[in-house]
Amino acid sequence: MMSDPGGLALVSLLLPAISFLILAIVSPLRKSGKPAAYTSVLLAAGSLAAAVGAWRGHAGEQVTRLAWEWLPSQGMSIATVGILADRDSTLMLILVALVAFLVQLYSIEYLHDEAPAALGRYYTYHSLFAFSMMGVVLAPNLLQLFICWELVGLCSFLLIGFWYQKPEAARAAVKAFWTTKAGDVGLLIGIILLWRVTGTFDLGELRTLVTSGAIPVEGLSLITFCIYLGAVGKSAQFPLHTWLPDAMEGPTPVSALIHAATMVTAGVYLLHRTVFLFPPDVLMVVAWIGAFTALLAAVLACVQDDIKRVLAYSTVSQLGYMMAAIGAGFSAVGFFHLLTHGLFKALLFLGAGAVIHAVHSNDLPDMGGLAKKMPQTALVFVIGTLSLAGIPLFGGFLSKEEILGATMAGQQIGPFVLLMIVAFLTAFYMFRVVFLAFFAAPVVSGFSRTSHGPAEAGHYSDGPAGAGHYNAPHDPPAVMMLPLWVLALLSLGVGIYSTITGHFLQFGPTEGEHAPAWLTPAAVGIAFAGIGLAWLVYQRRTIDAGRLAAVFGPIRYAALHKFWIDDIYDSVLALALLAFSRMVGWLDRYLVDGVLNVVSAWTVSTGDVLRTVQTGRAQDYVYGVAVGLLILILWVRWALT
Amino acid sequence: MGLQAYLILAATVFCIGLFGVVTRRNTIGILLGIELMLNAVNINLVAFSHFNGTATGMIFTLFTICITVSEAAIGLALVILLFRVRRTVMADHLDLLKG
Repeated sequence: MMSDPGGLALVSLLLPAISFLILAIVSPLRKSGKPAAYTSVLLAAGSLAAAVGAWRGHAGEQVTRLAWEWLPSQGMSIATVGILADRDSTLMLILVALVAFLVQLYSIEYLHDEAPAALGRYYTYHSLFAFSMMGVVLAPNLLQLFICWELVGLCSFLLIGFWYQKPEAARAAVKAFWTTKAGDVGLLIGIILLWRVTGTFDLGELRTLVTSGAIPVEGLSLITFCIYLGAVGKSAQFPLHTWLPDAMEGPTPVSALIHAATMVTAGVYLLHRTVFLFPPDVLMVVAWIGAFTALLAAVLACVQDDIKRVLAYSTVSQLGYMMAAIGAGFSAVGFFHLLTHGLFKALLFLGAGAVIHAVHSNDLPDMGGLAKKMPQTALVFVIGTLSLAGIPLFGGFLSKEEILGATMAGQQIGPFVLLMIVAFLTAFYMFRVVFLAFFAAPVVSGFSRTSHGPAEAGHYSDGPAGAGHYNAPHDPPAVMMLPLWVLALLSLGVGIYSTITGHFLQFGPTEGEHAPAWLTPAAVGIAFAGIGLAWLVYQRRTIDAGRLAAVFGPIRYAALHKFWIDDIYDSVLALALLAFSRMVGWLDRYLVDGVLNVVSAWTVSTGDVLRTVQTGRAQDYVYGVAVGLLILILWVRWALT
Repeated sequence: MGLQAYLILAATVFCIGLFGVVTRRNTIGILLGIELMLNAVNINLVAFSHFNGTATGMIFTLFTICITVSEAAIGLALVILLFRVRRTVMADHLDLLKG
């Protein structure tokens, strides 16, 4: 049992659940802070080891399925619970377990100023998240997947709102919850519709139905589109992408784990698992929306000054990349990018966290020249950025090339052009961050500001840890550096291996995917062009940033307002809600209350008439009794005989 | 005379009593009406007892008379108390239960 991949995957899934239960039930442990953190980290490490074991344990295409009957009804069961350990799910399991473990380790130091009870709460949520996410990854059927899917949404809500005393954090948490919920409703409807026509939730049985030709059923487009809606919400695709940048109100490690590496990629993973159901017309929609989202988010990322928001939009953009690949019909490529992206985006977020931890500000103008003060952080951040830009020898190179090649091979020329523009913008905005934060001189005289006097130094004291060591930003301690280095070396390792050999694990150029020879040089060239432009503008300052902004005046203006998408939501929702509540108010006032008022008025007036019968004089009652008795006697005498 | 004559007499007395109970304004008059109704019942009991040749009705009547006496005593006591509280014994003035 212990050596087979199914058992190990189960262990990997259950260890975080055990951690969650211990922390949730044993409240003294939870409130003690650090010990709770150590418990959670230890079990996460065990979970990672089991995940690696599960991945190594299975061979090739082997699929291990452990399932228990669930919801028994009339001798059969409607659904099963269990795990499905195959090549993809165990690989994804490793990513989840790895990032969860590293982020939990990192958080011990990052959140060292939190109250013990808050820290315990943080690790409780983290354990629950790790369990739920692994549940999504290993789910053998759509019903279990949906349950875990909702659980990760809950954890996301709880962790975005970790600093719930901050109104923005509370707002962002609710916004994230509702926006993803809008998509989840689609997913639920899709799953149920699918069950109605096929009678099964099970992924394996669905695949059998497809191969036996039973599945292209009527309404499949609608069903798969509904399933896609769930992915739109979770993976922050246009038009439901607005929650992800706001979700950055949560602690940075949370953003790294949930809003970069794992939860937001659940949508991509869901499509990867169910893509065999998707008809071409829906895939076309997936590809176009993915590419459009990628472009939109990349443009938005160029104008952000908050380092975390740049990374958030970058995540949205990369999710668009993955979706475009799936839409082009090469879901394995999208999944490959999901894995590499998980590594380097977690790295970037944790690196940004280290910077924020040192500078006590999210804003790029407050940073600058940090490379000298935090050399290690700068180094790993640059590795992450080069991976994201798709430079050869770095993590994202092969997966990004594959996606571009996949869109070409899938005859999706429109999305391909959009993605090429995005590749340029990605390199540009990420190196804008790198230069502004690490290499260029501070834009607004940076650190010297604190030396002017206590009044200005006080400006920074509202940061999470006060202004104590603001004057000397430095590399974070080893507990925080270790996860950064692990992720950086993994990104590098994947990058070097995949660049040299041209494939990685099961991923590589597949049949039917013939990328033209010019694609790789063009993509790399366009990335270098982006880097060069960023260098000229933000490092050398040969091109004035203001003039560059002026050239793109209207677009920049629109991007600064997030293309008014949030405003449109606000006004449409406000209008719709107001109209709806007016209607409900009218109905309540005139229809519901009206009926009640009429009934009560009738009751009162009828009572007024009937009260006169009650004279209060005993003789009248006797008279009534006598007459009643007489009538009764007559009735018995004549009517009943 | 047969049983029927007695029964007619009893019914007549009962109706006179009921008429008194329903129409008299004075509470004492109402009590008198009630006594008449009870006596009508007694006549019936005695008549049935005589014509059936059993003593049960007679004995039952004795009990009824005893209870009637007690009832009259309690009724009169109530009337006196009522007069003390309300300064009237007229039944149509006693309408506290009027709806």
